Amino acid sequence: MRRTRALPRLGLVFRLARRNVVRNRRRTLVILAAISVGLWAMLFYAAFSRGWENDVVDHAIGTLTGHLQLHAPGYLDDPSVDHSMAPPDAALRRLLDGPRVAAWAGRVRVPAVVQSERETAGVTLVGIDPEAERGLSFIDGAVGEGRALTSVDERGIVLGRALAERLDTGLGKRVVLMSQAADHSVADRGFTVIGLFAADREATEMSFAFVGRRRAAEMLGLGGRLSEIAVRLGDRSRLAPMVAALRRAAPELDVEPWTALEPLSQAILSLAESWIWIFYLVMYVAMAFGLVNTLLMAVLERTRELGLLQALGMRPRLILGQVIAEAALVLAVGIAVGGALTAATLALLSGGIDVSGLAQGAELWGMSKVIRPALTLADVVSAVALVTVLGLAASLYPAFRAARRVPVEAITRG
Amino acid sequence: MTAGQVPPRPDGPTAAGSWSRGALTLRLTLRLAWRNLWRNGRRTAISLAAVAFATLILVFGVAMQEGGYGAMIASAVGVFTGELQVQVEGYRERPRLEETIGDASALEDRLARLPGVEAVAARAQAFALVSSPERSYGAQVEGVEPEHERRVSSLAGTLRSGRYLGAEDSDEAVIGRTLAKNLHLAVGDELTILGQGKDGSLAVAACTVVGVFSSGSPELDREMVEIPIGTFRRAFALGDEAHALVIRTRDLDALSAVRREVTAALAGRDHLVALDWSQIEPGLEQAIALDAAVGWFLYGVLVLVVGFSILNTFIMAVLERTRELGVLLALGARSGFVGRMLVAESLLLLVLGLAVGVALGVAVAAYFGAHGIAFSSSEELLAHWNLPARIHPRLDLRALTVGPLAVLAATAAAAVFPVLRVRRLRPVDAMRTI
Repeated sequence: MRRTRALPRLGLVFRLARRNVVRNRRRTLVILAAISVGLWAMLFYAAFSRGWENDVVDHAIGTLTGHLQLHAPGYLDDPSVDHSMAPPDAALRRLLDGPRVAAWAGRVRVPAVVQSERETAGVTLVGIDPEAERGLSFIDGAVGEGRALTSVDERGIVLGRALAERLDTGLGKRVVLMSQAADHSVADRGFTVIGLFAADREATEMSFAFVGRRRAAEMLGLGGRLSEIAVRLGDRSRLAPMVAALRRAAPELDVEPWTALEPLSQAILSLAESWIWIFYLVMYVAMAFGLVNTLLMAVLERTRELGLLQALGMRPRLILGQVIAEAALVLAVGIAVGGALTAATLALLSGGIDVSGLAQGAELWGMSKVIRPALTLADVVSAVALVTVLGLAASLYPAFRAARRVPVEAITRG
Repeated sequence: MTAGQVPPRPDGPTAAGSWSRGALTLRLTLRLAWRNLWRNGRRTAISLAAVAFATLILVFGVAMQEGGYGAMIASAVGVFTGELQVQVEGYRERPRLEETIGDASALEDRLARLPGVEAVAARAQAFALVSSPERSYGAQVEGVEPEHERRVSSLAGTLRSGRYLGAEDSDEAVIGRTLAKNLHLAVGDELTILGQGKDGSLAVAACTVVGVFSSGSPELDREMVEIPIGTFRRAFALGDEAHALVIRTRDLDALSAVRREVTAALAGRDHLVALDWSQIEPGLEQAIALDAAVGWFLYGVLVLVVGFSILNTFIMAVLERTRELGVLLALGARSGFVGRMLVAESLLLLVLGLAVGVALGVAVAAYFGAHGIAFSSSEELLAHWNLPARIHPRLDLRALTVGPLAVLAATAAAAVFPVLRVRRLRPVDAMRTI
């Protein structure tokens, strides 16, 4: 019974509100502009920030880390030849070869020095099984000049393009790798450069030198032992249970998810997240000032009219509802326009924002050369909810002012 | 409607006390504006708060940036890179052992005598394998002149244990904290350096670790060894040569002038260039530029949104007084005077808002300037960005002017509206408006 009476009233409230909103077009357009631009900026910044985060995550996972890694205890603290582990046993292999794992690979990975005929540089020597790296790390498909490694016994070496330039070497030339062997002597061995890889960050091109895994183990006197096992899952959200399962299967090993292996990336993510919220709040406050002011004006200039309505028997509650409905209408249109603006901007920037002119600076912030803005549903929902809920809350003050006036006083005034 | 359609009005009274008399009019304008402003106190207060809020955010934000960037530059420049370096052209992009500055000591003396130069230190550098009895790692080996080096780099002040190199040292070394840990080395232990000399010979040096530094830069701590330059030259087969002459200026603000001075002093020495820190570490300047660009986007939008909010206030200030303004015009006030009065109203509001905003911004920035602000809990990340654990906002001229000026520009643009409106006002019509 109450419902059926309330509905037509709601219709009346909205009809009045709509008319009031279009009564002063210019004022409504200005506040709409403020809300649209504000929401656009919030969403665009969130998209930019998520693009940056995706970049950080992709880079962290995709370079060599994978979703999780297994090491001998102590390796993470001191990544040297001293901390190596036996190849996975049957129990561990069952898990690694299971359906939840998309790819996994064992590697030999130690710090080394690489010497060309003229120059010397420090690198991380990575002995890989090229087959296993497929779908796991960036090196599969990254070789732009020459050819990629093909087997664990490969005699050649693959260097980053930037490193090769720094070393003044190139395809077909020889370089000498030096590193500490398992018996603590200095092992050195010559390799022919067979391929040069390109990466989206110069630091990656400078840091890694790839050789066949068995060749590396042989040079270092490691036998069949490994430095690390990297794992990529079919579904990233299944990370925690997989880490737990691996820890049970290999209690003697150190199993860590990428979030622990890449603390810098993790710190960037949480920082980016808090910046989004700070920006949301600042923009919201700026918009709220305009909204409150505009509604307040709309209410004050209608003092007489509102008083009359009350004198004619309109309940204060309905007047309150009317002002809130006005706010809701303005917010709804502002959000729609702001959303459309964002969609248009993102469509324009679908190729990404090119920051290659500032590539070295971008690298410091953990960005690659192109940032691809990416809006998540959660960001849209939180921005829209923040603007709507707090916007309606801000309209309460003008609404209460409108409903509070005593009719006689309001009509006689001015 | 165009301005031409406005019927001409007779000029106002011309006797003493007229609308057009300068000082008197100004006082009158201001008084009227001030009263009008507080006629709707609530609206004025909200608009004022909006302007003050935007100003506060901008002043504090720019001060944060200045403080943060300053700290990044200071730590990058001060710890090791130095303000200015003389190098062989192209060495920075491709550091090669044979690209040396010849007659290094003579040039060093000449540069040290330049008026803008505080100190000069020669460095020779190479990458080599550094070994302890149990471990071997690749590291950047720096040959330094300890007495001069102290004056261009703050590394000597970051020693965690032991001492820095001295003038009499020859077979001594100081190494980074992480490298020491990786090599299992402590003060008093021996390390061996194994590399390739300029003539292709094997470069070998055996040194005793006398100090371990903790520079705050993860890279330096992980991969740097400093040894006396004499030892370096003997091991790597160099003569009176260096790879860099690192310069500290007397006044960092005059950096570009000193750079010109140094460049002039290099005349006759082909292939040598003077590079300032931003050229040596382009990544740092680019990172700052990128961060600043994002910052300006955020500020720009904030100013725009606040500008819109204020625009509404100004629009309403005219619309709701249409009748009153019509009366004023009918009484003989010129539209110019009425316009000025409205502009004065807007400007008063803006100046008040700006003043409150600047005062708050300065207070907040000064508070955090004294106490510092921890903006990430990850010290590792901050170190990676050359940032200290706590950032101290810096209130310099930029922080104090850029933000308020931007807010003023946006809101003053909004204040133009009422003037345009008044010009189109016809007294008779206006007076009929309710």
